[in-house]
Amino acid sequence: MTETLTDANANPVGRPLRRKEDARLLHGQTNWTDNIQLPGTLHMAILRSPMAHARITNLDVTPALKRPHVVAAFTAKDLGDLNGSVPCVWPVTDDIQMPGFPALAVDKVRHVGDCVAVVLATDKYAAADALDAIEVDYEPLPAVIDMEAAIKQGSTAVHDAADGSHGTNVCYEFPLKPQGDGAFDAAVKAAGDDVVVVKRRFINQRVIAGYMEPRAVVASPMGMSNEMTIWSATQIPHVLRVLLALVTGLPENSLRVIAPDVGGGFGGKLQLYREEILAVQIARHLGRPVKWTETRSEDMVASHHGRDQIQDIEIASTKDGQIIGLKVDLIANMGAYLQIITPGIPLLGMFMYPAIYKMPAYEFNCVGVFTNTTPTDAIRGAGRPEATYAIERIMDELAAELDMDPMQLREKNWITHEEFPYTTVAGLTYDTGNYEAATAKAMDLFGYDALRAEQEQRRASGDPVQLGIGISTFTEMCGLAPSRTLGALKYVAGGWEHCTIRALPTGKIELITGTSPHGQGHETAWSQIAASILGVPVDDIEVVHSDTGRAPYGMDTYGSRSLAVGGQAIKKAAERLVEKAKVIAAHQLECSVDDLEFIQGAFRVKGDPAKSQPLAAVAFEAFTAHNLPDGVEPTLQAEATVDPDDFSYPHGTHLCAIEVDTETGKSKIRSYVAVDDVGIQVNPLIVEGQVHGGLACGIGQALYEGVEYDSDGNLLTASFADYLIPSAADLPSFTTDRTVTPSSTNPLGTKGVGEAGAIASPPAIINAIVDALRPMGVTDVKMPATPENVWRAIQAGQGGAQ
Amino acid sequence: MTHIPISVTVDGTVYDVEVEPRRLLVHFLREDIGRVGTVVGCDTSNCGACTVLLDGKSVKSCSVLAVQADGHAVLTVQGLAEGEHKWHPVQEAFKECHGLQCGYCTPGMVMAAVDLLQENPNPSEEEIREGLEGNLCRCTGYHNIVKSVEYAAELMGGKS
Ligand code: FES
Ligand code: FES
Repeated sequence: MTETLTDANANPVGRPLRRKEDARLLHGQTNWTDNIQLPGTLHMAILRSPMAHARITNLDVTPALKRPHVVAAFTAKDLGDLNGSVPCVWPVTDDIQMPGFPALAVDKVRHVGDCVAVVLATDKYAAADALDAIEVDYEPLPAVIDMEAAIKQGSTAVHDAADGSHGTNVCYEFPLKPQGDGAFDAAVKAAGDDVVVVKRRFINQRVIAGYMEPRAVVASPMGMSNEMTIWSATQIPHVLRVLLALVTGLPENSLRVIAPDVGGGFGGKLQLYREEILAVQIARHLGRPVKWTETRSEDMVASHHGRDQIQDIEIASTKDGQIIGLKVDLIANMGAYLQIITPGIPLLGMFMYPAIYKMPAYEFNCVGVFTNTTPTDAIRGAGRPEATYAIERIMDELAAELDMDPMQLREKNWITHEEFPYTTVAGLTYDTGNYEAATAKAMDLFGYDALRAEQEQRRASGDPVQLGIGISTFTEMCGLAPSRTLGALKYVAGGWEHCTIRALPTGKIELITGTSPHGQGHETAWSQIAASILGVPVDDIEVVHSDTGRAPYGMDTYGSRSLAVGGQAIKKAAERLVEKAKVIAAHQLECSVDDLEFIQGAFRVKGDPAKSQPLAAVAFEAFTAHNLPDGVEPTLQAEATVDPDDFSYPHGTHLCAIEVDTETGKSKIRSYVAVDDVGIQVNPLIVEGQVHGGLACGIGQALYEGVEYDSDGNLLTASFADYLIPSAADLPSFTTDRTVTPSSTNPLGTKGVGEAGAIASPPAIINAIVDALRPMGVTDVKMPATPENVWRAIQAGQGGAQ
Repeated sequence: MTHIPISVTVDGTVYDVEVEPRRLLVHFLREDIGRVGTVVGCDTSNCGACTVLLDGKSVKSCSVLAVQADGHAVLTVQGLAEGEHKWHPVQEAFKECHGLQCGYCTPGMVMAAVDLLQENPNPSEEEIREGLEGNLCRCTGYHNIVKSVEYAAELMGGKS
């Protein structure tokens, strides 16, 4: 079973090598942030608001100071200027409302879990105990929870207006309203009688990231200087360093941010969190290390949530199923404050509603709304799962309306493989793809026709257990992103990636990447890419990452960007290294550069194989520098910083068969087939793992998960006992395969894969359930499709009240 | 708070320490004796990340008090292999079948799998899924974890 590289000629790219990371992780030889115990550490505990919206009328931390082991305690007032404001770097419109987001709440709390005060103690238990001693009184204010109520005139405002007057809960409105032929209504009108319009409201419910490692941070100041080392369970050490410098005023060049082992992120650790600001500021103030590790219950209220959109979708087609136009109206929940890219998430979706389909008209509008809930932000897929859900769901609804097979409807409208590159109505140019090939493979693996026949049979016999088939022919945009595009979208950062490769005098290779893995296997995959170019064994390459002290340049890991963007930098750096080494090798071998070829890690004189110089020997020469050609600098290293030309557009066809018990509402996945096209695969084993994990996340959203608040803003799903992350018993095995259409937007031909499964699967699941129940009058089932929600949909379909 | 002396064997080493009566076994392991390979993922005993063997049986070490382990033997993921080159078959299988990604659920998942295979050397897919129900993983979708346990069973001679 094991795939090892016995053949020195073998290209390691494309092989399912077992991961380098695993030996350590499987033996508990790990370095999670919470493992770090520095001398003199103060443990931070946080008093959080139990109310969704309230004025703080009294707050006194002095009683906590009398508790054993307590060293300090602070309120916002005590911290003064040190109480930084959490930044948002994506002001999506010119008139967006961007209220302050103080780390410790000032005067008012705005969601359950808002930070009110902190206690620092030499013992973790003691810090938590002392929170009880803090005296605090609240005057409750009406909680704004329902999004539609929030934007009504006269609603209580989560934030006052900038001038102190009564505010509005509309954070921003982002319209994309083309004139003329591109307008939805004009297109429908032009079609005359030959038109079918289907309108639906879909709810994409609020979810959590659900990484298994809780967030943690350790901030360690160095003596009297400004220097500070910060360990954080983050996806973005590089971005964090810049933002912490901006927020705290500490010089960026004295901050070192390290993301040691990080136990999953899924977007939830793509953030600058208020607790990170507090740890840094208090460590700086007290001159001692400050450590904070959240409990899971804290995570549920304080780490950002995701999704939470109301989607009003209208699709129009001719009577034979040619799509004429699509209209999308969103209300997107921002939560109580804007975090790092909160407002931009629904707009990432804006580009993806037209998906793989050709259509002349497309309109989009999004209203971002403040509510007294935990802030939302990126979670695996970020905007694209919402878009994919809506379009793939409404394609099924349109097919039902037209009495067409849903796959036929898709085939009729999708971009054919001859039509690439194709510029969509949303303005993206998809470089490559082959929806026919992925679909054919998936249909084959799935046994579509046999399942349809079984469905017919069960319908005819009135079987209480009905069978449904769900389709999701999805694409997505990932590999964030061309810096210019990000700039045009008002995103205040670039999307480049960096790599430095050093050939060390002892023959080992150090590959320094700006990506920041937390489960993706970069150490293995990046070694494979570099080894394929440098001709050295994969195990001779050490990948250095996630430490701004050792890997100073990078834009980190999110948006399925690490391979699509970071991979390009690795390739370029490796090629540059070979070019530089070639000059030295030619000098050593006393020949011209043009006479050399580089094969299996050695420079050889063409036609004279006896004369050769391995890369390691060149590296040693570059180190001693005793005999370098004129003008060549000592040391052998090369670097590359690459800004991608475009996004990458993975796609695939997911098919799901579900048995639905119409008496109990219980759904059981019978089979799930995912054929993904992620371009060239560097390590198919890792690719497959990413697909599996994405599927589990998407199926979790479709069947089990959902954040719930009561009308007062209390979080009802405040632990893993109430928020149901699927367990092994809740999920099936998956049938996965790939088609390979290399991407042309990057020289490795790769596309992103981390989010694909999470983006594709929710509509496949819900389409299957609705398909099973459509004869019973069901046209939608609310996510998560719990037995209760399915049962209600059946009752509603049959004329009862939902 | 008064401290109570306890004597616990962890991965073959005896530790004589004094702990608060309310101290959780997992915090004793991580913070008092530095066995940080075992981790904490929740505060409601739902995730299983903290799973260890207590006298050979799997327990969630966040729901056991350190004082309850007095006089008993704890085996963590750090004590599972016999030296660097003799991995436990479950560890081998997880690597071979890509049964881990971020590795945070892994210490608990591996220990739960060891216990499962002790109880049932030849489990079906369904028995594996049911048996690991108390251990959450967000990365793998469990597909390769199930494969890993099946392969471990094979390595241990339970399956042919
Ligand atoms: S830490 Fe979650 S069950 Fe023990
Ligand atoms: S491997 Fe990351 S949680 Fe299981």
